[in-house]
Amino acid sequence: MIRQSLNRLSPYMFIAPGAIIMAIALLYPLGYMVYGSFRDWDPSQNISETEFIAFKNYITLFYDPAFRESLSVTLTFAFTVVVAELFIGVGLALLLDRNIRGMSVLRTLFILPMMIAPVVVGLMWRYMYHPTIGTFNRTLKSMGLEGVDWLGQNALLSVVIADIWQWTPFIFILALAALQSLPRSALEASRIDGATNWQQIWHIKLPLMMPVLIVTALLRLIDAFKVLEVILVMTEGGPGLSTEIIALRISRTATEFRELGTAAAMSNYLLILLMLLTCAMFVFTKIQEVRAARAARQYQEEG
Amino acid sequence: MAMPEIRLENLIKRYGTVEVLHGIDLTMQSDEFTVLVGPSGCGKSTTLRMIAGLETVSEGEIFIDDKPISHLDPKERDLAMVFQDYALYPHMDVARNISFALRLQKRPKAEIREKVREVAGIVGLTELLHRKPGELSGGQRQRVAMARALAKDSSIFLFDEPLSNLDAKLRGQMRAELALMSQRVKKNMIYVTHDQVEAMTLADRIVVMHLGRIQQEGTPEELFKNPDNKFVAGFLGSPPMNFLDAELVEEDGQLFACGDAFKIKLPESRKSLVASNKNQITLGIRPSDLNYDHEARDENAFDLKVIVSEYIGAQSVLLCTCGNINVTVELKSETPIALGETLRFAVRPEGLHLFDRTTEKAL
Ligand SMILES: Nc1ncnc2c1ncn2[C@@H]1O[C@H](COP(=O)(O)OP(=O)(O)OP(=O)(O)O)[C@@H](O)[C@H]1O
Ligand SMILES: [Mg+2]
Repeated sequence: MIRQSLNRLSPYMFIAPGAIIMAIALLYPLGYMVYGSFRDWDPSQNISETEFIAFKNYITLFYDPAFRESLSVTLTFAFTVVVAELFIGVGLALLLDRNIRGMSVLRTLFILPMMIAPVVVGLMWRYMYHPTIGTFNRTLKSMGLEGVDWLGQNALLSVVIADIWQWTPFIFILALAALQSLPRSALEASRIDGATNWQQIWHIKLPLMMPVLIVTALLRLIDAFKVLEVILVMTEGGPGLSTEIIALRISRTATEFRELGTAAAMSNYLLILLMLLTCAMFVFTKIQEVRAARAARQYQEEG
Repeated sequence: MAMPEIRLENLIKRYGTVEVLHGIDLTMQSDEFTVLVGPSGCGKSTTLRMIAGLETVSEGEIFIDDKPISHLDPKERDLAMVFQDYALYPHMDVARNISFALRLQKRPKAEIREKVREVAGIVGLTELLHRKPGELSGGQRQRVAMARALAKDSSIFLFDEPLSNLDAKLRGQMRAELALMSQRVKKNMIYVTHDQVEAMTLADRIVVMHLGRIQQEGTPEELFKNPDNKFVAGFLGSPPMNFLDAELVEEDGQLFACGDAFKIKLPESRKSLVASNKNQITLGIRPSDLNYDHEARDENAFDLKVIVSEYIGAQSVLLCTCGNINVTVELKSETPIALGETLRFAVRPEGLHLFDRTTEKAL
């Protein structure tokens, strides 16, 4: 009897050490953050001395126009960069997926931006965007054109461009890897079936790459929501609040305004947002699968 | 409607500096089932893929009904192909796989549906139209590939070892179905295989290739009975032909092939060989041409010592030695024999194939 139940328990005993480490490493900080978000918490205080204020942090934030502005900047930034990077990255991969001499060198060059530390990327672009001595405006002026107020009026666009420059390669290499693992003979079959290059891309390559692309987009989206250093170095969130993405606001709330509880609540909003996104993506693919299956069945019944 | 004639003229293929096809000249008549056969790496697939337009032509030209086509895209060549690994579209169900070409051509929906149903009926897939390729067995996938090619209604049909991924039983079954289908659907079919049984059973005309060259072409019977060279003789037929080195000797006005442990009389018609000074020959004899006959006369018999007996049902394959050469023979399984025993086998004059020992050409 006892032996039997011991036998049944043994798998859990083996899992236990891993599960405990997971719990400590993953859940403890998360729990700490959630706990802190319900308190009025100044960095000088020990968390046990702080006052419990229930959802007050969340409610204040919800009605705080600065936070809302920051949220909208973040959403705009994240979706713009991910969509643009997907288009450019996948487009480049489709273009460069062929065996020309020197292509491997080119591919390596393409992924260089990703290897540069974000702070350096920020500094670099700040200099290039400089209104008078920056590369862009000097070039524009030498061509007899007006300079652009890069980090002023067009600050959001400018940081978007910098992010696209840095992260398109990520999508590019994953898309390229996906492309190169596509079944060669299926592509050949489609050529014999009469598909043009465009039709091949549209009917065969993209659908087969889709699982990889969805995961890639999700990873990039999560990353884009948390971007900090590049924007911090380039604009410090300015001018005004025009480029103050959430991560920047969280860090400023914690360090400048010394409101740890509010900062934690903000992080939780971000976390909830990301989880919703992930779930939505998951549900979306599930729905598509079900719909495809139903369409196939319908076709079958009609036929 | 007669399906087109395909003609290859001095077709050469190079990968970089390596030449893998050295000038293929071949005409495939309309409505003919042509089988390209040869050992692995001989260039069959390359030839087929050049006809399909999946490989570029390095030199030479491909003509379809006298029109040069080597510069055309695959889709402009009006052909369908079945691949060794089936090459189905993994994200489409069977019906969409079959109808892909038709959908690209923007044919009316009703017509497409009708066509899918028709070809699915031919290959027996009607129940599986909504399955994805991943949910099918190997044999079923093979049928989908076949149906997809059929749906296109093109005039030329290419197959690249379509049965080689199937198990032996299914392969036999599919081979029979394919033979049936090729009678029903009259098209110009080109079929690549390394399996000589497939080649013999399916082909109107067999083309034997080796090392990037055509060795011989003709009907299965022609090739089996009159091989042009030692390679073709050894490649077709199972178990393969026996080869024995021999010397031509003339005694008392009779011509003999003499080897280590045999002396076989050759027909009168072979006498011209002695005159042409080709005395060193290779004698080729198919196992099926050696008959167990202990009363045979010395001059057309071999004495063979049995060393291994392989039971394969009604027939047994015996591995024997003649002097120090191995010789395979076939024997009814009920014949009582013992290993180590020496048996006498008779050979008819038609069963003797003579090859030049240096050029390996048939004499
Ligand atoms: N892309 C390539 N680059 C270089 N050599 C190649 C390439 N493709 C094929 N070859 C060579 O060309 C020769 C013919 O190849 P092919 O695929 O036509 O052989 P095959 O007769 O179809 O053999 P199998 O029965 O094994 O399929 C081989 O020696 C092969 O090594
Ligand atoms: Mg091959």
